[in-house]
Amino acid sequence: MNFKNRNRSARTDMLTYLGVTVAFIILTVLKSTGALNRSQTGLLVPICCYIVMAVSLNLTVGIMGELSLGHAGFMSVGAFSGIIAAMSLADIIPSPGIRLAIAMVVGAIMAGVVGFLVGIPVLRLRGDYLAIVTLAFGEILKELITCLIVGSDGKGLHILFNITGSKTADDLHLLEGGRVIIKGAQGATGTQTIATFTAGFILIMVTLLVVQNMIRSRTGRAIMAIRDNRIAAESVGISITRYKMIAFVTSAALAGAAGALFGLNYSNLAAAKFDFNTSILVLVFVVLGGLGNIWGSIIATVVLYILPEALRSFATYRMLIYAIVLILVMLATNTAQMKTLLGKLIPGRKKEGADNE
Amino acid sequence: MKKTLCLLLALVMVVGMLAGCGSNAGNSADNETAAPANNDGNPTFKIGSSGPLTGGAAIYGTAVMNAARIAVDEINAMDGIHFEFQAQDDEADSGDKAINAYNTLMDWGMQVMVGTVTSGSGITVSAQAFQDRTFMLTPSGSSVDVIKDKDNAFQVCFTDPNQGTGSADYIAEHFPGAKVAVIYRNDDAYSQGIRDTFVAEFTAKGLKVEYEGTFTADTATDFSVQLTAAQSAGADILFLPIYYQPAAVILQQANQMGYAPTFFGVDGMDGILTLENFDTSLAEGVYLLTPFSADADDARTQAFVAEYQKRYGEVPNQFAADGYDAVYIVKAALEAAGCTPDMSAAEICEALIKVMPTITVDGITGEGMTWAATGEVSKAPMAVVIKDGMYVTPEN
Repeated sequence: MNFKNRNRSARTDMLTYLGVTVAFIILTVLKSTGALNRSQTGLLVPICCYIVMAVSLNLTVGIMGELSLGHAGFMSVGAFSGIIAAMSLADIIPSPGIRLAIAMVVGAIMAGVVGFLVGIPVLRLRGDYLAIVTLAFGEILKELITCLIVGSDGKGLHILFNITGSKTADDLHLLEGGRVIIKGAQGATGTQTIATFTAGFILIMVTLLVVQNMIRSRTGRAIMAIRDNRIAAESVGISITRYKMIAFVTSAALAGAAGALFGLNYSNLAAAKFDFNTSILVLVFVVLGGLGNIWGSIIATVVLYILPEALRSFATYRMLIYAIVLILVMLATNTAQMKTLLGKLIPGRKKEGADNE
Repeated sequence: MKKTLCLLLALVMVVGMLAGCGSNAGNSADNETAAPANNDGNPTFKIGSSGPLTGGAAIYGTAVMNAARIAVDEINAMDGIHFEFQAQDDEADSGDKAINAYNTLMDWGMQVMVGTVTSGSGITVSAQAFQDRTFMLTPSGSSVDVIKDKDNAFQVCFTDPNQGTGSADYIAEHFPGAKVAVIYRNDDAYSQGIRDTFVAEFTAKGLKVEYEGTFTADTATDFSVQLTAAQSAGADILFLPIYYQPAAVILQQANQMGYAPTFFGVDGMDGILTLENFDTSLAEGVYLLTPFSADADDARTQAFVAEYQKRYGEVPNQFAADGYDAVYIVKAALEAAGCTPDMSAAEICEALIKVMPTITVDGITGEGMTWAATGEVSKAPMAVVIKDGMYVTPEN
């Protein structure tokens, strides 16, 4: 990588930070002046969550070059551990902002730990096999969370693992004033919604800092070297397992933080929400935005998340239209003409594209 | 470059055309229901509903919306309060999509919510509506959590545990002196909940359940042990607070062993007549507690069923009936509270919360429906008996 190249990537990074910040400021101003209606305001936090999901998945799929189909599993681990943390600390820490921060950290740590455990068997595989196994782990995580019954009272946290399906929230035997946080298959109900758009913005910035700095660092170059030629990378002494694990765990932890934010934005959340479809949805954001392209992921997420809402006037046909638009966009952005056009509009892109190929 | 431009323009055109089609279609759909309103000086309220209109649970959402449209059109044809109705899709999602649908309705100016259709989204939306102070009447969200600790949320359907109480009352009243046995699934919140309240109510009446048998999802294929025990306990009524699939197995096995008690089910039994490869003659004489039967002979039900069949080409189910009643309940509540359309959603909410426990509404899912301040409905449970493959009102 020559100096000029390096300069350009640094500039792209800065532009990404700048773009996100400007968007945040504009939206905050619009929100405070009342220019955004309810449904637009309601979309802000989930969009932040999905942006973080897409950027973190891009680390696995785009940078590490392995197809992961279980990303929503990590999101659910983060969501439910974050909800447990925030709800059980409700009496000790009254400030919602601090609780939200703690919940996101807890969510990130838990998802990171699970990512590490899942990564041990998964990262021994490659290509299609890896994709299928991540898919299986995503489903396993969902099923395990479905069995969880969690409550908290004066004596602390009570956790039941309802594997036979014969237990209910009453089996927690909570003290007076205790509350049930997660009710098995019904999921978390009665969660206090403490997520905010500002927290979402901070999470995006942290994610961008982590991911973009990792890509430009020694670690990132090692990960991309493994992606491009595994044998060559191994021959120069790069530890394949180590670097793959770093990327995978980072990706999982960020997804966990996004999950915690998402979980604390809704008073009711069931594990069934984080199924295979959610994983694929995030993967679509990543693929449409361009593999390895961070700001592409952000824009694709925003557009594709708003699209189904914008199409509400189509009534029952809206998901059909959504699919058609998706196909058209995929086809259009993938043609040589479009690439040339984009190359002309965005100076430097063409050359970068050529470098990657 | 020219090619690129062509492609781009073509794309823009296609999208534009699609968008054009869509918005026209949307407008005409809106006009269909909204047209009669506003013209003749009748006070017009905006009511909205959200439910699954696409995806696996779409059958429920569509039924509620279809029936609500019928009710709105009927009301708009009369003098007095008129409605504008809008339905939004929440895909039965319990998270972001439920809130997105609700927010869209609020942006439209919804004053009263006739939703949600499913319990999962109901819990999410009712919490939000509680904060916003929006009145919410769910036609079919039967979970207790939808209305729990929220003074603004009310139900049209029975809560799951209420069915147990209703069944116990019905059996005690109509089968005095009968010996009752219960077979229920103890790994299912629905079945367990109904059994708990059934036994509690039955015992409170000084009666005794002769035998209780349990099964789980894994043992739902053989009931010979439970049936033999029930038979030797001399039970002549078998209460089955379970879904129709295991109930069908029980009916079959009881028939094989020559045990013929009166079977009594709840709304989960609804559907047994359409179960594939099931000999429906076995279901003859089965009682079930369901809020709605399309074959009921009262004029209102018949008119509703006929209109529904005319418009949508199928027999309305229990969800449709709940949706139909919900609109009429909102009308009755608005009239009782003396609300006017210029009131905000929050003002209407406070007014309706006050009148809901005081009003009584006759609907097609029950006569004389009243509400507790907690949001639970109280209505006489309607029992039907299966005769010649049809639900009919029992004679005794």
